Amino acid sequence: MSPAITAEGLVKKYGDVVALDGVDLSVPEGTVLGLLGPNGAGKTTTVRILTTLLKPDAGRATVAGFDVVADAPRLRARIGASGQYAAVDDHLTGAENLEMVGRLYHLGTGRSRQRARELLERFDLTEAADRPVRGYSGGMRRRLDLAGALVAEPPVLFLDEPTTGLDPRARAGMWEVVSELVAGGTTVLLTTQYLEEADRLADAVAVIDHGRVIALGTADELKDRIGGDCIELAVNGAADLDAARRALAPLATGEMKADGAALRLTIPVGDGTAALVTALGRLAAERVAVRDAGLRRPTLDEVFLTLTGHRADELVTTEEDGR
Amino acid sequence: MSVHQAAEGPAFELDPRLISAVAGAPPPATGAGALRATLTFAWRALLKIRHVPEQLLDATLFPIMFTLMFTYVFGGAMIGSPEAYLRYALPGILAQTVVFMTMYTAVTLNTDIERGSFDRFRSQPIWRPAPLAGALLGDTLRYGLASALVLGIATLIGYRAPGGPGGVAGAVALLLVFCSALSWLWLIIGLTARTPAAVMGVSTMILFPLTFVSPAFAPPETMPALVREFVAVNPVTLLVEAARGLLDGVPDAGDVALVLALSGGMTLVFAPIALRLYNRRA
Repeated sequence: MSPAITAEGLVKKYGDVVALDGVDLSVPEGTVLGLLGPNGAGKTTTVRILTTLLKPDAGRATVAGFDVVADAPRLRARIGASGQYAAVDDHLTGAENLEMVGRLYHLGTGRSRQRARELLERFDLTEAADRPVRGYSGGMRRRLDLAGALVAEPPVLFLDEPTTGLDPRARAGMWEVVSELVAGGTTVLLTTQYLEEADRLADAVAVIDHGRVIALGTADELKDRIGGDCIELAVNGAADLDAARRALAPLATGEMKADGAALRLTIPVGDGTAALVTALGRLAAERVAVRDAGLRRPTLDEVFLTLTGHRADELVTTEEDGR
Repeated sequence: MSVHQAAEGPAFELDPRLISAVAGAPPPATGAGALRATLTFAWRALLKIRHVPEQLLDATLFPIMFTLMFTYVFGGAMIGSPEAYLRYALPGILAQTVVFMTMYTAVTLNTDIERGSFDRFRSQPIWRPAPLAGALLGDTLRYGLASALVLGIATLIGYRAPGGPGGVAGAVALLLVFCSALSWLWLIIGLTARTPAAVMGVSTMILFPLTFVSPAFAPPETMPALVREFVAVNPVTLLVEAARGLLDGVPDAGDVALVLALSGGMTLVFAPIALRLYNRRA
């Protein structure tokens, strides 16, 4: 399958600040690439280049086969973009907002109106269709904005932090919609600071930091890169903690972490499930009282920390969104 | 599923139209043409008037209040009778109303940019200047509506233009031409200002002296010399004098020509700057 999005060595500078320092990407048709990174990492700048809003200083990129610089007008006809700021018009009704997009895409008045109704129905906004957007909730706005990006049924969709600022329910609704679109064959490039979102939606995750892609792979591949699973134990007393530590030391594939205050022990292990069974057997033999025991895959958060040396949410408040 | 670091460098040099023709697929969709896109944006501006008529009222209520207040409070003292004053002041009131409204061009544009609407427009397959051209077209319609509102109220309180319907139409047309040209300047301000509130601040500072330090409300003969000099070079003075001539049935071809030339000049200077700023904004 040919890639729907390619980027080779994208560079973008703002004065002395290097926003993108050679970004390479390839997104196969019909898949979701999650662009994961802290604020200011270059996610939005990448999206702005791929949606023709910015010209790269170096490198080249194509979307749906069209070059982002040389073929910008034709490329624009094949993409939909929905940003972190819902770009809908407050004073217009939901239906009018969508009808306007349809008219701009040359659908004609009748077809634009019909398409608007279809999308409102699909995004569960029929009831609010004829109310000004001013009165919409954050989740409704975001859905309307995404609906706006879908008016011309674009084969490639760019979603810049589609769920930032949404409550968990609205976020889940958004994920469902994106999953449906992808099931229908749409290629999606999605930026997010939420590791859970990338985990849930993305076929592949590109971790971006300081304007470079520092890791690329499926969420599972990335998790494997920082080692396998961990057993997490909670015990009832300091003596139990020591006993557990001694009993399980032979199982650990790396350094065990003990938290004396919380009475918790984390043991990195090779083969997760088998190791857990063995561990529990040993603890029982040593008569260590276990309050709680579990097996955990590393989170993308830990992947992120390992790869970048800082936490994903550390820079959240200092972002410059690349304008 | 496999993921590559985009190493193989896909051969996309082929003309996509050729590819679609060979593959039997429909050619790449294109967006609306220049005219259609512009009209769509003008339609958007009109929808806003329909949904938020207060905005139009805001802009017109102030001058209407002035009309009534000046006519009945100062009118008699200044020019002898309220009716005579109304005849003197109306061209100025009309000009002030519409000139003040031009600043909403900047406020609206800046709000669009701040909210991300313009990014969306710019990523759509439409004629690039369409959002600006459409906004200007919509604004011109708003100016026309506001003029009609002011003239309607003035007629209710006894104003009769000596120039007749022709004079009124001419004056309004002149006003619209001037203000549309001036709107390009507001587009520049809207494109460069940081927030809509900042736009309002700058606008008011420019517009108050321009509209008040003119012969709009009082004959300049009674003003101090320095103020009179400003009045003489104030473009609004020229606009008010030309409109007054048309409304009073004694049009001054020179004034009208000057206003038209000034409007053309403003468009020639400001429009390319605004379009360039708009295209470069990223």
